[in-house]
Amino acid sequence: MIIEGKKTVWSQYQKNIADDHYFYIRSCIRQNLWPGSETAFLRIIRDELRKDVIEDANHTTCTGIGYHTDVVPIETTMTVVARLFALMTERGYENMITSCITSFGVITEILETWHEFPETEARTREFLKKATGRKFKVPHNLAHASDIIYKFRKEIKEKGTRSLVNANTGEKLRVVEHIGCHYSKMFPHKGIGGAEFPYVLIGMIEDWGGEVIDYPERRHCCGFGFRQYLVKANRGFSIACTKKKFESMEQFKPDFIITNCPGCNYFLDRWQYVISEMEGKTYSENNDGIPILTYEEVAGLVMGYDPWDLGMQMHQVGVEPLLDKMGVDYDPKKKYLDKNGNSMGSPEKPNVLNFCC
Amino acid sequence: MGTLYERLMEDVRFKEGLKACINCGTCTAICPAAEFYNYEPRSIVDMIQLKDDDRIKELLTGDEIWYCGECMSCKTRCPRGNAPGLVIMALRSLSQDLGYFIESEKGRQQLALKRMIAETILEMGYCVHASHMNLEKFPEQGPMWDWVHDHLPEVMDRLGANYQEEGPGILRKISDEALGELNRIFEVTGGMDRLKRIERYSRVKAKDEGADFQGKGTDEGYFNKVFTENSQKHTRE
Repeated sequence: MIIEGKKTVWSQYQKNIADDHYFYIRSCIRQNLWPGSETAFLRIIRDELRKDVIEDANHTTCTGIGYHTDVVPIETTMTVVARLFALMTERGYENMITSCITSFGVITEILETWHEFPETEARTREFLKKATGRKFKVPHNLAHASDIIYKFRKEIKEKGTRSLVNANTGEKLRVVEHIGCHYSKMFPHKGIGGAEFPYVLIGMIEDWGGEVIDYPERRHCCGFGFRQYLVKANRGFSIACTKKKFESMEQFKPDFIITNCPGCNYFLDRWQYVISEMEGKTYSENNDGIPILTYEEVAGLVMGYDPWDLGMQMHQVGVEPLLDKMGVDYDPKKKYLDKNGNSMGSPEKPNVLNFCC
Repeated sequence: MGTLYERLMEDVRFKEGLKACINCGTCTAICPAAEFYNYEPRSIVDMIQLKDDDRIKELLTGDEIWYCGECMSCKTRCPRGNAPGLVIMALRSLSQDLGYFIESEKGRQQLALKRMIAETILEMGYCVHASHMNLEKFPEQGPMWDWVHDHLPEVMDRLGANYQEEGPGILRKISDEALGELNRIFEVTGGMDRLKRIERYSRVKAKDEGADFQGKGTDEGYFNKVFTENSQKHTRE
């Protein structure tokens, strides 16, 4: 691999990311499965970087999973997204952040479709007015939340207290990055680094002290496939995709995986558990498994946040081996405490994967 | 009514997704579904280019169009700028519009997706909700999730959510006003028609098969059948 060549090519795929004043759209998957990540994102952007971010309580899903399971027609999805634009317009904002790769892909697809087929935008405006009476302006700037973390990654490093370095050996942590198909496979020019050399996560890892692993199936789908996971009869497809990736990356011995998309984070975490139960295989030397972290969790660790504030107790593959490598000072006894410090019990242990406390 | 090909041409995704296929097979080489299922996006696009309604009807009534995972890896790689994944989305929409989806095992799964995803959108404001995700339907969630599910409000509260409360925040209660607007959008744009159509055709199929069909919920006989049935005839050897 010629690294210099890659750097030259990806540098051609730059993206304009707004500097401040954001309208934030939550994710169906992230808020359900990785709620600590959404909390951490807003904490970093608002409290640490002092940026203006607004969330309208009346915003909803973009319908993305419904759209990609084909139960929601394109006209409906366009109009629901137009309503999100209207809420943003009414608040006086023009920079939108989505917390989900599917949303980012859906909204990008809609904006591109409206550009190519202006009659679809006109029809959507009529639909929205008829259904809600609302009007909208299209966003001046659309970013995925990871774009924002990427943009301010150096500031996060400066304010932070930790690095992606093995505290015992001083070596860089070895990291697999997984971008999520809909970030840039559909519209490469909308993602940092495009589809060929997506840099959004690499930039974080390298600036925060880690080393990125290249491996053959790096760009393969995690296996969501929408209906291919959501319907129980189809899940063989989903786990087969994930397994293909793990088989490919195993020899490179990653310390952890960072993901861009909350769905990918889920599949790479949960299918590891299933493979371990079905085949006794863990893709690590001592049955720890490979920890799967959202980029917000990684940013939060770099900032010095407590892992249990980041929601890392919601992983089926335990994160403690990584925390130990990084030298994070955490209290295992606090993993399953509620907000007031009371015990919430604890999960049963898996049969194969090591699982702390 | 027009021919099936003309109906497909009414969908912007079809116009955008199929310009001129040179049958090179790049889409199939990169496709995760083609690696797992008896599926070739190349052959589907090639067949559609014939503009033969009989062949298109075969696709609309068969399993093949339901194998795609809509990852859109094909869009990145096609040397002619086609997107077979978008063509698939247009085919799936037409299959549901015409009721052909109930003719295939994979197509019939649309009822499960309608009840699990679309109804959650209309009732809760988001596509999924943690309270619906139990281990019976999602066993791969593992024992950790079983613990989360048993302590959902407390876990969410611990992590900064505004669980089922008014105002902004994670898993907040979506207001009746917002849900009303969502429902009206579905009515005005044809979304509700699609959902009703999925139920209507599924009811007919359930009756043909003598399956229990209550018309709602995720525990009835027909739902469980389409949610779990796998004839094992779909994958590559």
